Amino acid sequence: MQRIRRDFPILSRLENGKRLVYLDSAATSQRPVQVINAVKRFYEQMNSNVHRGLYEMSEEATQAYENARSNIASFVGAKPEELVFTRNATEALNLVAYSWGRANVKEGDVIVTTEMEHHSNFLPWKLLAAEKKAKLEVVKITNEGLLDDGSLEEKLKLGPKIVAITHASNVLGTINDAKAIARKARDAGAICVLDGAQSVPHMSVNVKEIGCDFMAFSGHKMLGPMGIGGLYGRYELLESMPPFLTGGEMIKEVHIGEVNWNDVPYKFEAGTPNVEGAIGLSEAVNYLRSLGMDWVRSHEKELTAYALSLMVKKSSVHVYGPLDVGKRGGVISFNIDGVHAHDVAQILDTEGITIRSGHHCAMPIMDRYGIPAAARASFYIYNDKDDVEALIQGIEKVKRVFMIERRHIQGAYTRSL
Amino acid sequence: MSEDIYRELILDHYRHPSNFGHLKAPTGKYRDSNSNCGDVIEMEVLVKDGRIADVMFTGVGCAVCIASASLLTEEVKGKRVEEVLKMDEGDVLRLLGLETITPERGKCAMLPLKVLKISLMQGQKQA
Repeated sequence: MQRIRRDFPILSRLENGKRLVYLDSAATSQRPVQVINAVKRFYEQMNSNVHRGLYEMSEEATQAYENARSNIASFVGAKPEELVFTRNATEALNLVAYSWGRANVKEGDVIVTTEMEHHSNFLPWKLLAAEKKAKLEVVKITNEGLLDDGSLEEKLKLGPKIVAITHASNVLGTINDAKAIARKARDAGAICVLDGAQSVPHMSVNVKEIGCDFMAFSGHKMLGPMGIGGLYGRYELLESMPPFLTGGEMIKEVHIGEVNWNDVPYKFEAGTPNVEGAIGLSEAVNYLRSLGMDWVRSHEKELTAYALSLMVKKSSVHVYGPLDVGKRGGVISFNIDGVHAHDVAQILDTEGITIRSGHHCAMPIMDRYGIPAAARASFYIYNDKDDVEALIQGIEKVKRVFMIERRHIQGAYTRSL
Repeated sequence: MSEDIYRELILDHYRHPSNFGHLKAPTGKYRDSNSNCGDVIEMEVLVKDGRIADVMFTGVGCAVCIASASLLTEEVKGKRVEEVLKMDEGDVLRLLGLETITPERGKCAMLPLKVLKISLMQGQKQA
């Protein structure tokens, strides 16, 4: 563990004068020195535009960019030509909705999504449905925070065109059975669009084994740079789709009267791409591979189980999502009776503990549980039991500041309007 | 930022806010939220002869937001509308007993004043 922590220069900075306890990796992960150096190397040694220059340096940059594509594609079990570089998972999901969605969804069609989606896997479908006069059907979740199977079956009976679902929830931590859902979607005649933003960084994910048609992920949540992400798309689908953005790079020939789009995946990569990002993300993938994704998953399971065991003992702390670590990832959303999540986050920060607070871009989940906001701690490879214990002590401090034990009035400060 | 903002004044107003509830016949009413945190404040005002005769609020928010609303409603009762429309962040911080605030928490602190001003302007339009 010390060896891993040493690779992350930022972990030695202080937060409010205290040891930084970084518990916000679900928002963005930190980067190891290997990734930072890979980006630095690109700018110091081969910075030039890709797929354009005929000089040595440009050829090197193109090679590095395409090697990154192959490496990242194989990390998720895809072929290189099936990986489109995007800015992030949000852009990847919008690409599918805009391109495949607009070309295939018609009036009266059904699009299925779920109550546990991040806004980025909800709003593109809501807009598409509105534009095409299609119906957006939302699968319910159980009180425990699991997908409601009965509700899913019911929606699949409507014969949807698209089933868009998250692989792992950024709020509840819930890991969905992507393979089973992809199969059911296919049987129902739908394509399956998977949001892998919270799964690809934390467990072994193989798109061919899952059998999904599209999968989106973000580089910055998996040790890579910001501004780079990926869309896996089944080759035949990518081939058949119209472009998303237009401009340079994505064409073969442009004449006033006629345009030939470039081959997949370049058709979807208009403009100069984020070469540095792709190279950095490839290095991040190497780093994760060297640890082994099974180790990553089991490490996070262990920390999550430890944290949950300590948190559920506290009567004034409410944890959301399944308690079985076999069904959830390393994301723990919680509230403390009578204290707004913002205040929880701010008091924890005085102890150097950085968590997220708010609605986590998933307001339908907040509505589902009738809460305005939640605090969220999330774990990654560089966290350890000391971090969990710091969190628990931090929660005790919040209760002291707000004098929760003495007053203990449940929900007294969240009032309906 | 330190935990200094969690001093007794703010915590007291958070736990027992003043002027929490609804007015029978407000002359102006407005509701808004902070997009990032979900704090929601609704203000109801009763303006008579250019003065705030009464004001009540409801809402959900963090300690800073609720305390700000509570202190603000206490402060503006009886004041002239144009006086209140001139209030700014400095006035809110003074009410909260704070010298500075971080930009993110500033949004929590300022939401009640923003909502109050719009409810007053709406009341003016109707009058």
